[in-house]
Amino acid sequence: MSKGIIKKVAGPLVVASGMRGANMYDVVRVSERRLIGEVIEMHGDEASIQVYEETSGLGPGAPVESTGMPLSVELGPGLIQSIYDGIQRPLDDILKVSGTNLLTRGVEVPSLKRDIKWHFVPTVVPGTYVEAGDVIGTVQETAVVLHKIMVPIGKSGRIRDLKEGEFTVTDKIATLETENGPEDLTLMQKWPVRQGRPYKKKIPPTQPLITGQRVVDTMFPIAKGGVAAVPGPFGSGKTVIQHQLAKWADADIVVYIGCGERGNEMTDVLNEFPELKDPKTGRSLMERTVLIANTSDMPVAAREASIYTGITVAEYFRDMGYSVALMADSTSRWAEALREMSGRLQEMPGEEGYPAYLGSRLAQFYERAGMVQTLGTEERYGALSVIGAVSPAGGDISEPVSQATLRIVKVFWSLDSALAYKRHFPAINWLTSYSLYLDSMEEWFNKNVYPDWMYCRNRLMRLLQEEAELQEIVQLVGMDALSPPERLRLEAARSVREDFLHQNSFHEIDTYTSLEKQYRMMKLVLAYYQEAAEAMNAGADIEELVNLPVREEIGRYKYTEESRIQPAYEAVRARLKEELAALLARKED
Amino acid sequence: MPKEYRTIQEVAGPLMLVTGVENVTYDELGEIELKNGEKRRCKVLEINGTDALVQLFESSTGLNLESSKVRFLGRSMELGVSEDMLGRVFDGLGRPIDDGPEILPDSRNDINGLPMNPAARAYPQEFIQTGVSAIDGLNTLVRGQKLPIFSASGLPHAQLAAQIARQARVRGTDENFAVVFAAMGITFEESNFFVESFRESGALERTVLFINLANDPAVERIATPRMALTAAEYLAFEKDMHVLVILTDITNYADALREVSAARKEVPGRRGYPGYMYTDLASLYERAGRQRGKTGSITMIPILSMPEDDKTHPIPDLTGYITEGQIILSRDLYRKNIAPPIDVLPSLSRLKDKGIGEGKTRADHSNVLNQLFAAYARGKEAKELMVVLGEAALTNMDKKYAAFADAFETHYVSQGYQANRSIEETLDIGWELLHLLPRTELKRIDEKYLDMYYNEEKKAEEAQ
Repeated sequence: MSKGIIKKVAGPLVVASGMRGANMYDVVRVSERRLIGEVIEMHGDEASIQVYEETSGLGPGAPVESTGMPLSVELGPGLIQSIYDGIQRPLDDILKVSGTNLLTRGVEVPSLKRDIKWHFVPTVVPGTYVEAGDVIGTVQETAVVLHKIMVPIGKSGRIRDLKEGEFTVTDKIATLETENGPEDLTLMQKWPVRQGRPYKKKIPPTQPLITGQRVVDTMFPIAKGGVAAVPGPFGSGKTVIQHQLAKWADADIVVYIGCGERGNEMTDVLNEFPELKDPKTGRSLMERTVLIANTSDMPVAAREASIYTGITVAEYFRDMGYSVALMADSTSRWAEALREMSGRLQEMPGEEGYPAYLGSRLAQFYERAGMVQTLGTEERYGALSVIGAVSPAGGDISEPVSQATLRIVKVFWSLDSALAYKRHFPAINWLTSYSLYLDSMEEWFNKNVYPDWMYCRNRLMRLLQEEAELQEIVQLVGMDALSPPERLRLEAARSVREDFLHQNSFHEIDTYTSLEKQYRMMKLVLAYYQEAAEAMNAGADIEELVNLPVREEIGRYKYTEESRIQPAYEAVRARLKEELAALLARKED
Repeated sequence: MPKEYRTIQEVAGPLMLVTGVENVTYDELGEIELKNGEKRRCKVLEINGTDALVQLFESSTGLNLESSKVRFLGRSMELGVSEDMLGRVFDGLGRPIDDGPEILPDSRNDINGLPMNPAARAYPQEFIQTGVSAIDGLNTLVRGQKLPIFSASGLPHAQLAAQIARQARVRGTDENFAVVFAAMGITFEESNFFVESFRESGALERTVLFINLANDPAVERIATPRMALTAAEYLAFEKDMHVLVILTDITNYADALREVSAARKEVPGRRGYPGYMYTDLASLYERAGRQRGKTGSITMIPILSMPEDDKTHPIPDLTGYITEGQIILSRDLYRKNIAPPIDVLPSLSRLKDKGIGEGKTRADHSNVLNQLFAAYARGKEAKELMVVLGEAALTNMDKKYAAFADAFETHYVSQGYQANRSIEETLDIGWELLHLLPRTELKRIDEKYLDMYYNEEKKAEEAQ
């Protein structure tokens, strides 16, 4: 453990001398206030340290002490429902300890609460030989999360003294007889954040992550274990989409990272999630959520660490065999923090001042996602899906962070400010977005929802495509130039946009749509198009087809409660038939 | 007595290098004494061994490497705060300039403040009625929100901001309110316009003014908004007042930031602005809000002028990413004599959803809002088409939408700077306009509200 003294202070960067014994990425304590920092560069005996707290008031001569440990997080019962800052300090405990609403410096609180006793139930008998990743027992952390206690990575041996009981996270729950002698096991383990947690092997994803958002599930699905990016200018609804996915995605665990974003957004999550019910379990959504909040006014270096803290927690739950969804809002702020530190280190900048290693760091982060077979003797699969928001400067995605992200992710939800101005939400542009999981998900959808799911989806997509082409003609020569079939196609496409894609996140029913209902909605839109086309062939007038009263009902079908979707669907279909028949009958008279 | 240094080695722009210093810390406040006894303030930007890189808050004119003395005061920059600040005028560094007495401070607070614990924030959800339809009806402001006005040179942002400051009230309450106004690099005339407007409405004695005019030192501007926010935090969270903070003009502030960054030869981000500008702006904007267990609040209206009317310029861009929405003024509307010329489509209030509806405004508010937006957007599209192809090319429905868009601009948005509309008036005007469209087109509105407010007979009357 080395001790040095401060030589230079420039914003969040501190240079200390006498640090020859420190390792790269060691956590250090800076000055008498014991501010937390991390070694990010070594020159001889001088270490450059990024400090995770405000450095005002620090000066040369103050002591710096290395802890000899890399930046790590505590993993164990108590993670769920917590709100942490970028280096896993619990903000609610800081609030209690500091006695102020403001974040003061040098507050020391443990990440996992030490005073809670958890009821531990062993799942193996004493004397069993266990390997790293094997589950030795469980703790019911919340009503929906069964926290599996695993043998820490790198350890194996015969288990002894294992018994059921009430334990805190630091109490000994068992002894592990390793080759190097006995070791105590606790409910808690530690893991360095900058290193991905190991697994047996990665496997290609085959299942979609169902989100209840129509444009996502139907049009551009993301796989369990997949990665998606949501770039968009401000005001296009990035955060609302991230919140919607955090609320409704059918993951077992959700980790939400507010990285350099607004404080009130985190408050919103904190207020709203406990009130919302998971459609699957009927329990509060907070009971499966971990929050990491490093808002834009909090120290910039901790923002850089926050996404690693978040993904390490997510990996830990993945290792238990759960499907975990991680939302990072926004990765651009993380990249800016990287740029700021790089600038202070006087590194040679790449594009727009970002460091040259921006792309590789981003790739390393996203690559920690995936569907894996976890460690342990039992065959267990876990998935970690990552959805990263990107905030491109000026909304122009030719900037480095967006471009580096697009090279990695498989799903791209392109937010469009023009759609947002029209209050078409989610403002995901259907022409520029893509999902590379479509092919691998096709089988799942067709098998588990309806056999013609993908067929319907592709027809909707084609309508939208054709609309874009027809719109060009309309812009040039006006609506009159279109033939009646073309007019009808435009109308059907409008119905796809307004009746299907448009989804109101703030409407109590519309906020979540089951796959069954999404399918029925697709069917209704397509039924109108098909049957109106047939009626037109039989002589019906286009104006009358466009103004069919049933179209309003198709539009309102999205507000149908989930329990009534079947009868409501039949009713709309019947009415469509009736009205078209009446139309043709009038014609014949 | 702090040690005095006569070791200024370099002065370049707003920066100064002092060597051989001891026990000086980062961000510490310094005082430079000139030969004639004049004192100027500065702060430590970087400390490297015994060299301190110092940023001046005032002009460097008259500094002398031989005779000027520097003292470091062992604390960062502070503002003495007290309730007596209400009704007073200060310069950009918090010194009184209205010939009144010095303030006897209740406490001295660090102007940088401390970040608010996200777990301690209370979510803003109390509706503020500004009396401006385009804001109340469509981009609703709530207590504790930060909602900037994106303007451009020659547009009447000052009138709009003054109107909001004059009319903004939370309905049914007559609580303690205060206005904190910070001028950064604006002209005397503009600043005077605000002062006069506060005086006329009788709000001046509830106002604290920090004035840094265009001819005051640019670097002083870096401290000015922090001074203002420190005063606002004191009034809001220690004296339980509802404070409206107006910061104008953020563009001048950002330019001062760029000046310091350029002098330090930092690697620039976009358009020469420093890479940390997002963080720096956030450290201002995020000081708005409400806290749990406190009755006061800070609502912030920063004003910025977009260079070349360009919303993607770094200053409006980064601001938009931090603030909770934006009110955008449009030159086209201004030319059409729409007052205030608020372009509602790109404008946005992110917090509106929690501040409107039953018990806050009216149950139909969110439906009407969505429908007005959608209809106006379609009307604007139709009008564009009309320009290219002529009116004959439009379908009947599109013609209706085009007429709606015109009526919307002249009746809804354009209300003048004196009118103070209640939210009911605003909503009713909205319904009146929606009568220009057939009921089947109003897909964003729930049936029950259509039954309540959409009156077919009235429509028939209008048609006659």
